Amino acid sequence: MWIKSGLMPLLVSYVVAMVLMVMPLPSILEAWRPDWLSLLIIYWLLAIPHRVGVGTVLILGLLADILMGSVFGIYATALLIMAYPAIRHFQRIRNYSLTQQAIIVGMLILVKRAIVYELEHVLNDAVFHLPYLYPVLSSAILWPWIYLILRQYRRRYAIR
Amino acid sequence: MQSLFERGPTLRTRLLLTLAFAALMIFLDHRLNTMQPVRSFLSTLVAPVQYLAVLPEQVLDRLVYLAQTRSALREENEALSRKLQELQMALQRLNFLENENARLRQLLGSDVRQTSRRMVAEVVAVATDPFSHQVVVNKGFANGVYEGQPVLDDRGIVGQVLSVGRNTARILLLADQSHAISLRAERNDIRVLAQGFGDLQRVELKFIPHSTELKEGDVLLTSGLGGVFPEGYPVARIISIDRDERLQYAKVLAEPFSQLDRIRSVLLLWPADAAESPVYDEPVEAGSELTEEADDVD
Repeated sequence: MWIKSGLMPLLVSYVVAMVLMVMPLPSILEAWRPDWLSLLIIYWLLAIPHRVGVGTVLILGLLADILMGSVFGIYATALLIMAYPAIRHFQRIRNYSLTQQAIIVGMLILVKRAIVYELEHVLNDAVFHLPYLYPVLSSAILWPWIYLILRQYRRRYAIR
Repeated sequence: MQSLFERGPTLRTRLLLTLAFAALMIFLDHRLNTMQPVRSFLSTLVAPVQYLAVLPEQVLDRLVYLAQTRSALREENEALSRKLQELQMALQRLNFLENENARLRQLLGSDVRQTSRRMVAEVVAVATDPFSHQVVVNKGFANGVYEGQPVLDDRGIVGQVLSVGRNTARILLLADQSHAISLRAERNDIRVLAQGFGDLQRVELKFIPHSTELKEGDVLLTSGLGGVFPEGYPVARIISIDRDERLQYAKVLAEPFSQLDRIRSVLLLWPADAAESPVYDEPVEAGSELTEEADDVD
């Protein structure tokens, strides 16, 4: 079977995450914009790791590169390195409480952002600003709600 | 549960393979610059995402527009016609000066300045990545947009086109740290090089000696050197000169005229010697463009 149940809802969730990633926000909120794509990828990696794997992460990362206008492959690399611990330990992380999960998600997104910054710094002489790390906090705080909403979504559309 | 026992290559192998692929992409794109066709194709593919992202904002704008009262519209209309009148008076003067300039240049035996064609484009997305200052506009190679094309707004130069998709183009703003532009001071024709450093409201002038004649408040125009930007468009104004003798060069900062942090619509410019030409969406626009050109040439 090539088309498994709930393929469309899964694709829709990717598109929504990418739209949220580039959507214009008021400038006060701009710095705090949660890292939607990373949050979504982490959720699917924990929930259906037999289906969403490194291949999906690679493709989403390359699309994110196009959307952000960065050098091709920067986001892909960062998201892949972020995805590894999540796939490796998904059974353990699944059983944590939501607060513990939020801390782990924060750490994963911190790693992702650090890698993006390092690559940008090496390739394009990027300068570090502290506001670049605010989304780590906002993403971690939002994680419990993201988790509950996406679980509802997954059950509703039988994404297995 | 399917995933207790893995099948196929192990996770580590798959990770290494995909990472190697991503690294290859970085190498091809950054070192060899060979990814431009792929980039152009994929930008066309993700353009709907960018259009979806600005949809709520556009709907809101439309609602605000619909909620405007009749009297407010009338007032705005009056203000606009007053402004139009003023601008038309200024334009008469400009036409006269342009004709005179063309005649004088002919007398001197130098080339008459060619006019350029332009097109308005709306900004559809702003890159949220804080390491690069780019915006995406809603015109692409279907409209004749090309890489390296100069982009303006109503106050001055904004930047240049970095990559082009079918219906979208990505513009590198002049405040990006990878962007430099050749300028000259309006007052005394000193040539300078302005480079962005990541702050949207500042550019830095490079290699200025301590004994420079530049002053705070000097207006900087494009010099036309380098072949990307046409000559004589306003770009920035000098706001501070730090003549710290311990540094090798004076530290000169300038503020771009265009409001790079809140641009909504930009003007794409086709210089007279450009190989591409603009393709307008509506015939009405093309008509107005023709008359505009006729105005400029005579």
